[in-house]
Amino acid sequence: MNQQVSPHTLPALPYADNALDPVITASTIGFHYGKHHRAYVDNLNRHIAGTEYADMSLEDIIRATSGKADKAGIFNNAAQIWNHTFYWKSLRPGGGGEPPAALKEKMEAEFGSVNTCKTVFSAAALTQFGSGWTWLVLDGESLKVVKTANADLPLTTGLKPLLTLDVWEHAYYLDYQNRRPDYVKAVLEKLINWDFALENIP
Amino acid sequence: MKKWILLMVLPALLSLSCSQDGGVSDLRFDPLPYAYDALEPYIDAETMELHYSRHHKAYFDNLVAALKGTPLARQPLEVLLAQASRLPDAVRNNGGGHYNHAFFWKVMSPDGGGVPEGKLGEKIEASFGSFDAFKEAFTKAALSRFGSGWVWLCVAKDGSLFITSTANQDNPLMDTVEKQGKPILALDVWEHAYYLSYQNKRGSYIDAFWHVVDWDAVAAFFEASL
Ligand SMILES: [Fe+2]
Ligand SMILES: [Fe+2]
Repeated sequence: MNQQVSPHTLPALPYADNALDPVITASTIGFHYGKHHRAYVDNLNRHIAGTEYADMSLEDIIRATSGKADKAGIFNNAAQIWNHTFYWKSLRPGGGGEPPAALKEKMEAEFGSVNTCKTVFSAAALTQFGSGWTWLVLDGESLKVVKTANADLPLTTGLKPLLTLDVWEHAYYLDYQNRRPDYVKAVLEKLINWDFALENIP
Repeated sequence: MKKWILLMVLPALLSLSCSQDGGVSDLRFDPLPYAYDALEPYIDAETMELHYSRHHKAYFDNLVAALKGTPLARQPLEVLLAQASRLPDAVRNNGGGHYNHAFFWKVMSPDGGGVPEGKLGEKIEASFGSFDAFKEAFTKAALSRFGSGWVWLCVAKDGSLFITSTANQDNPLMDTVEKQGKPILALDVWEHAYYLSYQNKRGSYIDAFWHVVDWDAVAAFFEASL
């Protein structure tokens, strides 16, 4: 048996599994982080063992396989590792509220107000049909909201991700069932990590 | 018992009022053909209730709203879906969502499971080598659909059987898919179809599905397609 050392590991969750409760319960985190996120890591390691991708960084794998139909298995797992790691950081216990001044200014410059920015973000999250992600990104100097399907992510389209929201059903089904709007609203009000978004602005 | 009666009557009333409002002749939100708990322990009652009365109902309502006042509303649903490439997203997604779920309910039954017999059983054996080989191929397609979607057993134009998978609410009737055909069996692999009972274990949900497949219904769809 050729024992391959797994190059990619599951990053630690930046808070306890019950820290986001009740907006996102420990049960949801248990599956989402403990099963889904972990499975993407395990699957990627299995897919790339012994291939040209074995020694690449996660971002290099994502860029090298993006848009290649025959590499979808590698891309999907690599991108989902990246997306989930970024998602956990986009949330924090006691989040939501007013964005820090520097981010607030950018939101006002681009959207007119913080509220309009949040409304545009919510609308993108609610209209992503099927599985996917909603993103606050930098396009050059300006803030934008974009949505992506399945494992797709803004990295591959030249945009700089600032924060993300997972709208795959597994992100909210145990806590909100079909009520995606309630999940999106609660996360924006109580968990979204505006400081993280600001840190990502170069 | 009360829940069952309400379940039978409410959708009938709703569909009546919808046809009158929208003028869409074959667009109906039919009652679920069994009680919410009828497919337990394989599919739990809460999942069935949410799936039928929330998810499916929302697709139906959104479809009615999207068609209202448009010339598209005059066509039968299957004819409409066949032109998916030219449809607005709201009609394609909600039309597919309504058709797929209405079809899905019909190929399951509390008396389901077992092995298909007769013409269909023979056709499956001839097409896939054996029933087990068919199950394996269908399961593989269901496991490898990344994100939301459906898995289908279809009859092609030339009468042959094939397994295919579609993303989101697309289906094999649509001109947007790789291979078009007439569906005779469907499995919903959106996470909402199994998350409350099976969470990340899609494989366990697929295993459970075989216990509730109504092969008589599948055989009827097969024979109607010939
Ligand atoms: Fe997720
Ligand atoms: Fe569904």
